[in-house]
Amino acid sequence: MNVTLRVWRQPGPSAAGKFVEYQARDISAEMSFLEMLDVVNEELTAKGEQPIAFDHDCREGICGMCGLMISGVAHGPMKATTTCQLHMRSFTDGDTITVEPWRASAFPVLRDLCVDRSSLDRIVQAGGYVSVSTGNAPDGNAIPIAKPDADAAMDAAACIGCGACVAACPNGSASLFTAAKISHLGYLPQGQPERYRRALKMVAQMDLEHFGGCTLFGECQAACPKEISIDTIARMNRDYLYGSVFEREESRSAGGAG
Amino acid sequence: MELKSNIPGGPIAEKWDKHKFEMKLVNPANKRKYHVLVVGSGLAGASAAATMSELGYNVSCYCFQDSPRRAHSIAAQGGINAAKNYQNDGDSIQRLFYDTVKGGDFRAREANVYRLAQISVNIIDQCVAQGVPFAREYGGLLANRSFGGAQVSRTFYARGQTGQQLLLGAYQALEKEIAKGGVTMYPRTEMLDLIVVDGRARGIVTRNLVTGKIETHLGDAVVLATGGYGNVFYLSTNAKGSNTTAIWRAYKRGAAFGNPCYTQIHPTCIPQSGDYQSKLTLMSESLRNDGRVWVPKQAGDTRAPHEIPEAERDYYLERKYPSYGNLSPRDIASRAAKEACDSGRGVGPGGLGVYLDFRDAINRLGRDKIEERYGNLFQMYERITDEDPYKVPMRIYPAVHYTMGGLWVDYNLMSTIPGLHVLGEANFSDHGANRLGASALMQGLADGYFVIPYTIGNYLAGQKLEPVSKDHPEVRAVEREVEERTRRLLGIKGKRSVQSFHRELGKVMWEYCGMARNAQGLQEALARIPALREEFWENLNVPGSGEELNQSLEQAGRVADFLELGELMCRDALHREESCGGHFRTEHQTEDGEAKRDDEHFTYVAAWEYAGEGKTPILNKESLEFENVHLATRSYK
Repeated sequence: MNVTLRVWRQPGPSAAGKFVEYQARDISAEMSFLEMLDVVNEELTAKGEQPIAFDHDCREGICGMCGLMISGVAHGPMKATTTCQLHMRSFTDGDTITVEPWRASAFPVLRDLCVDRSSLDRIVQAGGYVSVSTGNAPDGNAIPIAKPDADAAMDAAACIGCGACVAACPNGSASLFTAAKISHLGYLPQGQPERYRRALKMVAQMDLEHFGGCTLFGECQAACPKEISIDTIARMNRDYLYGSVFEREESRSAGGAG
Repeated sequence: MELKSNIPGGPIAEKWDKHKFEMKLVNPANKRKYHVLVVGSGLAGASAAATMSELGYNVSCYCFQDSPRRAHSIAAQGGINAAKNYQNDGDSIQRLFYDTVKGGDFRAREANVYRLAQISVNIIDQCVAQGVPFAREYGGLLANRSFGGAQVSRTFYARGQTGQQLLLGAYQALEKEIAKGGVTMYPRTEMLDLIVVDGRARGIVTRNLVTGKIETHLGDAVVLATGGYGNVFYLSTNAKGSNTTAIWRAYKRGAAFGNPCYTQIHPTCIPQSGDYQSKLTLMSESLRNDGRVWVPKQAGDTRAPHEIPEAERDYYLERKYPSYGNLSPRDIASRAAKEACDSGRGVGPGGLGVYLDFRDAINRLGRDKIEERYGNLFQMYERITDEDPYKVPMRIYPAVHYTMGGLWVDYNLMSTIPGLHVLGEANFSDHGANRLGASALMQGLADGYFVIPYTIGNYLAGQKLEPVSKDHPEVRAVEREVEERTRRLLGIKGKRSVQSFHRELGKVMWEYCGMARNAQGLQEALARIPALREEFWENLNVPGSGEELNQSLEQAGRVADFLELGELMCRDALHREESCGGHFRTEHQTEDGEAKRDDEHFTYVAAWEYAGEGKTPILNKESLEFENVHLATRSYK
């Protein structure tokens, strides 16, 4: 099959970008979308042109490194599928496909289709963990966890941090990403001691990073390759609200001398 | 070169405890004065960086991806072993130790493996405490499944995403330490060389992959946790970015390379579908808990699988290895698949595939149960092949997956360069000639959470390390070499792309140094690889410049190193005149086609020492003593 690509090319973070048209010829339907881009890049290289820069790594849908807006849809037309797992059989001969990087003010473009998503790491730094140091853990079976809770935690923990939720959201909100982590840890007994503090801090960091607010469009849920439910956002809001009312200020007292 | 394994004395069960007591400690207030550089942020790197920071060390951590959470550990599917014996099925530290030594075909160091088995139980506890959502039974306790090479259920799992969940646990611990200021993280940063001053590892030279800036980072010790080198084969289950550069540069600075030829070919991967293929995708070994592997009995049988009656199917693993059946270890299952395909009974395009069939399990347990256990794997299979594995059996074929070889390390995980420590898949230590399923995650986390935090203190407390400045002649020299090499790669301006060289190297490696090897083929490869390398340096085309995000340049540096490593792998494979684990020399097999070891001549680790450009590397040997597990022919029949 043959397809026409309109690809966003931008030489650097502060350079101006534009769409450039390329022809991808004799593409096999069995190719993944990224393999199709590989073929285009090989041709560009042979012509002495700069290949299209795009992020990718595992190419099996789990590392979260790849992510493209494909004709306006985050990760392309196939439901619950990352860009690397999208295959050309999802397109038809003669299609024109527009390829853009994630569009969000919190994800500045580095080059072509690569963006800087370090803002997501900083949201995790704000509290997306259980504060337990290595070596002081009780036996793994000491605290039984009801299977439905463990399963719900796993559903939320499946987030791969690709940023599709942000790119799909008209507000550029990272609510689904943040809520997934808050829910994963919030479902588990290990996450309880820091539950409300975590919600307050992570949400505050999300705002600092210039992600937009959530107005429940639901685009994030539709774009999520791991089908994380928007219900997690309700949990996040509940934990945030509870924390805003009941979370105690951190004690400033250093205690008495021993 | 002297290989001092530094294995503590005493009975094997007491070695680690004794060693922990005997090792020197660094006073808590002094730890922050030490700066440790950790390269890699996968299970081993992230857990090491986080734990050392918790102890008070000043840590810098580097990864080439845009976030430490993307390291390739994330793709591990099936599970992690631990000798918890929660199932009351006879597991113990001793049994995990025994299974691992036997699974590795008696080519691993006993003391390291025993320690690994001991630590395995702590790993599960640690991960549970971090909030890793392991699978649970209805009673709320942890669930287990079985993996190849074991007759007990000791594998803990989080659906088919165990690696992801364990890595996120380690990543979150790392982010916690970054927030605290104990770790400085350098994402999109690739290590391009190692700095050795006065015989000790003191720093690294990196390239900032966004700006192209070459930078020097100095410290008191360097920890490499940079994963395996399976991508030397071009097509493998590794992530596209996985590479050998960090360990290869260290090798060229004096770290011995242990058993480079030990490669694991995983039996259950999705077969290649065309020449444009960029990688191969694994289907977890855990699928063999419920899936049955078969091919038609008749060569050239082209009927659809459901039209082939039971009597005309050959469930060859169950037939050849009745006691382990479909859960035979990976090397054995891979060779059996190759044998079936070589005899003309392979299925699918080109006859390079065998069936992994869930029909019986679905009939027995119901579709829901199978979906619960393997849902995401079935979905992944369908995405790639456009076939529904609930209805049609999966087609699978072996693919390069893991490298047991790596930099040689002593019991303290230190290489032959003092101060350079190597963790996880990047070292050679625990799996011998074949790794058992669900043991890579165990080793990565054991090294990072529970071994290096102790042994790094022992190293640092035993040294007088003078401060090194960025103007030190050694430092400047390495920096200049890196800049010069980058310029050279960009300056060739030939005709061929990096990818085309990488593909060609991969084909040579797969053909001559893959699942079956022989002297003639290896010699052929040893002639072809240097020729290809020569062409690479004359006819490579890397567009763009060094002062920008340039993915072709990144790839070129990695492939240049693969072109050197491939030769060493073939050399090692040629010298090892025996078959063991993943290393199968066709000249050395039993009458029924099983691997034939030569314990008299080859019970040693081959540690190769770099001898200089164009010179033949020097072979050093660490002989392996088996005092606790009796050397025996491995049998899974």
